[in-house]
Amino acid sequence: MDLASAKMIGAGLACIALVGAGIGIGNVFSSLISAVARNPAAQAQVQPFAFLGFALAEATGLFGLAIAFLILFVF
Amino acid sequence: MALELHPLEQFKIAPLIPIHIGGLDVSYTNSALFMTIAVVLITALLVLGTGRGALVPGRWQSVAEMSYEFVADMVETNAGHGAEPYFPFVFTLFMFVLFSNLLGLIPYSYTVTSQIIVTFALAATVFIGVTIVGFVKHGIHFGRLFVPEGVPIILLFLLVPIELLSYFIRPFTLSIRLFANMLAGHTMLAIFGGFAASVGLLAIFPVLLDVAIFALEILVAALQAYVFAILTCLYLRDALHLH
Repeated sequence: MDLASAKMIGAGLACIALVGAGIGIGNVFSSLISAVARNPAAQAQVQPFAFLGFALAEATGLFGLAIAFLILFVF
Repeated sequence: MALELHPLEQFKIAPLIPIHIGGLDVSYTNSALFMTIAVVLITALLVLGTGRGALVPGRWQSVAEMSYEFVADMVETNAGHGAEPYFPFVFTLFMFVLFSNLLGLIPYSYTVTSQIIVTFALAATVFIGVTIVGFVKHGIHFGRLFVPEGVPIILLFLLVPIELLSYFIRPFTLSIRLFANMLAGHTMLAIFGGFAASVGLLAIFPVLLDVAIFALEILVAALQAYVFAILTCLYLRDALHLH
């Protein structure tokens, strides 16, 4: 296998990180919805935490994407 | 691949005014230009906005006061008591990151925060500053931050290295989070823009997708500034109150 194809495969593999990010973001917002459905008065209190959690979960997926870019364009 | 895609070209640093001192290249680049624009805009908003000090605020004064109160509230709730002296630092960080992110969304402009060295410099400043605050306030007792309470001695051999690692990894996660978000978002916009340029009449679909991603990017730009500031607050609370 030559280097170029190995790079392509590696970049594709790095994008598997998005699985975790998808699960994480889905989890954050499903928890937000069920929390607000149970106690609508708590929405103002829990929403900032939900967005913080969303940003943190999304970032983990982007780490994988950054690795993919590194593999494709830097090395 | 037949497509001519250069999604990473937008991140290229180009010198505008070449300056060389000794062997060092300290040219005024497009990156430095947009940092200057961000700082000038923030200063203009805050100084001109609050300059008149009207009792019933106008639009500009409202924006300036809302951003001030937003960060002041964030510092108070998240960093706890005794964090008031650090409010200006957190406010400066928040406004700089927010304005850099939003400026980068203007087509043909430059995103300062998509350079890892910029975000790493910000995160390293936070990390070093917070560590100094911790040592000044608690002296050698600052080390207690790494020793969880009420844990069997035998577990400490495992937990202390983990705590140490999670402490020293902070500047890296803080900087990579911001940088990767900006990089990925702008690359995605450029990739779909490249699709649109190469498929003729079908271009309407990638363009519509780009519009949607752009809306998401505006959210992400504000959200990442918020996350950067709130994590700074949480690190400060660790240093000030030790858990």
